[in-house]
Amino acid sequence: MPDIVLYAAEVTLNGLMAGVLYALVALGFVLIFKASGIFNYAQGVLALFAALTLVGIQKGQVPFAHLLNAMTGKHYTNFPWEVPALVAILLAAGVMVVLAIIIEKLVLKHLVNQAPIILFMATIGMAYFLEGFGDVMWGSDIKTLDVGLPQGINETIDSVTYNMFGYGFFIDNLDIVAAVVAVLLVAALTVFSQYSKQGRALRAVADDHQAALSVGISLRFIWILVWSIAGFVALVAGIMWGSKSGVQFSLSLIALKALPVLMLGGFTSIPGAIVGGLIIGVGEKLFELLIGAPFLGGATENWFAYVLALVFLVFRPQGLFGEKIIERV
Amino acid sequence: MKKTFTALVAAAMTLTTAPAFAELVVPNLSYRTGPYAANGIPYADGFNDYFTLLNERDGGIGGEMVRVPECETAYNTEKGVECYESTKGDGALAYNPLSTGITYQLIPKVTADGHVLYTPGYGRTSAANGKVFEWVFNYPANYWDGASIIEQYLMGKAGGSLEGKKIALVYHNSAYGKEPIRTLQELAKRDGFELELLPVDHPGQEQKSQWLQVRRSKPDFVIMYGWGVMNQVAIQEAVNIRFPMENFVGIWWSGSENDVRSAGDKADGYTTVSFHGTGMDFPVYGDIQKYVIDAGKAAGAGDEVGTMLYSRGMYAAMIISEAIRKAQEIHGHSAVTPAEVRDGFEQLDLTEARLNELGLPNFAQPIQATCADHGGPGSGLMYKWNAADGKWDAASDWISADSSVIDPLIAEDSAAFAKENNIAERCN
Repeated sequence: MPDIVLYAAEVTLNGLMAGVLYALVALGFVLIFKASGIFNYAQGVLALFAALTLVGIQKGQVPFAHLLNAMTGKHYTNFPWEVPALVAILLAAGVMVVLAIIIEKLVLKHLVNQAPIILFMATIGMAYFLEGFGDVMWGSDIKTLDVGLPQGINETIDSVTYNMFGYGFFIDNLDIVAAVVAVLLVAALTVFSQYSKQGRALRAVADDHQAALSVGISLRFIWILVWSIAGFVALVAGIMWGSKSGVQFSLSLIALKALPVLMLGGFTSIPGAIVGGLIIGVGEKLFELLIGAPFLGGATENWFAYVLALVFLVFRPQGLFGEKIIERV
Repeated sequence: MKKTFTALVAAAMTLTTAPAFAELVVPNLSYRTGPYAANGIPYADGFNDYFTLLNERDGGIGGEMVRVPECETAYNTEKGVECYESTKGDGALAYNPLSTGITYQLIPKVTADGHVLYTPGYGRTSAANGKVFEWVFNYPANYWDGASIIEQYLMGKAGGSLEGKKIALVYHNSAYGKEPIRTLQELAKRDGFELELLPVDHPGQEQKSQWLQVRRSKPDFVIMYGWGVMNQVAIQEAVNIRFPMENFVGIWWSGSENDVRSAGDKADGYTTVSFHGTGMDFPVYGDIQKYVIDAGKAAGAGDEVGTMLYSRGMYAAMIISEAIRKAQEIHGHSAVTPAEVRDGFEQLDLTEARLNELGLPNFAQPIQATCADHGGPGSGLMYKWNAADGKWDAASDWISADSSVIDPLIAEDSAAFAKENNIAERCN
């Protein structure tokens, strides 16, 4: 088999894996947009905040240590304990639920019936506030995130493909874990929205706010619920991305990777986020291999993802799986 | 009434004729927020703490206290320019913005306004030519020096020749990251190695394509010119594809503790070049502990002291303070002006004996600046990451850049800048 075909196959597999990671970020956007019509600019910062909180809890870090030290003249850094990874994840998820309640009470509650652009601007404010708050709470140094996820080349795939083609494919174990987690997450979200009372209420609100209110569904509860779920999804995305690079403030920029996925997959579809992520992941990586690196000097992935999304947008403005907006006069 | 009026006029005249500030002002254009905060904070802390040490231990420089107003740039060029504009009227003597983007924007401004721009190891490389860049100094080393030093180190590792070898350059796809390309291309031509270019877009969180390419093309060595999260991800990806760490070398902006820690033990052996020493084995840190940290006057928590970026911030502050001291010596008074400080930079004579006096023996190479030479010795030390002990171990003696390759490139680039901006060469 020609080398380029093997390389393309390897790149395609890695593109699929990268796409899953993009989709994890995009899922958070979709959940909130679907339930409340808000484009949540703060989703990337939520992932950062969740990961910071997870590491802080796991390492027994004293929150607001700099502030406390400045006020008291002491030197607090860590509690004399560390928390097991699973417990820390559960506690961090709990913090994200509390955060969702605070966001609803302090911001969203006061903006009911406001235009989407107002709500969008509110999320911009939340993003910058949360970034600063995370800095004050946990510090801005780079934190190593270790929840026991495997990293590095998958030996089995390497040896199997080597025996078959004479060239071992590289697939990162962390990417495989991310793919499995994403599948489980989507399955859980689907079961939740199809078979639970709260899930059905969520779908009702997504379909028609007014109708949902008229049958007694609490919009405020639904908002807390959906922001909590989006917070949990952000935590998962933060774990996956943070394991690669350490937890640091640039983690909030992963939102940039979700935008073309949303444009392509649609803002209202969970399967759209997954399929969109996969198409973007594979598309940008194949383009880089076949055209970007040999003819354009490389580093084409960031912009090519948007080109791909724009092409889809031209032919299907609502995205691949988005709901077609029909307005009758 | 008349007496009061006369007294007021006299007071006003005194205020306007006396030096504007009875202190030396060195603004710190820092970044403690944003995606590059983790690197900006230790650098800014090292910078501030050194001036605090001078104030607390020596009563400032030449009897004048030093004030270091801090302005947050968030590594954003527009904000950096705003910081410059808002501080330049405050008697600012020298600027050190720790950003190549900000440096490029400030070069015409400092030239017009008469302020020193000091950019050790970053900024516009050809500013090393003082004949063209009157107000800019980038000693002791620049990006091109770094590329040449790394190449010589790799040549040593390869047994004295790079003929037939392949070197990949993984670089930040920005003006900074592209700086070494021309130098490495010249070196590749001369020394017979193949150069592969692998750009990474900002911020660099996703580098799978680049490292799959490294895995396929199997270069003998990889050089990295990265910054921020790009460094941590690159080292992790290199670990993932099992690229030998000792063959992976970063420029000084890709060689901080931050960059290697997240990859854990597997980052052991990763190598970087630095134009100054690091670690706690310098007497100056005893004084910083006593006069700054124990006195509760440290800029940070004190836990970054002796790290690579803290040392670099401290180095920049040390050079600026020595240039101010030189300016005081040349002009015979302590309240020096920005123009006089420029003279101090241009006549700086930092000897090994002086470094010893400062509690920094063999911390850096001596500098003998001249009107034409704003670039310094162009030498560096190699450091290898010791993951077990969590510290950088020296991996070479001082290596000097190959001036036969670098100097013509600097002359060519600065001549082009002079032509574009109608600058007549000085120092002739």
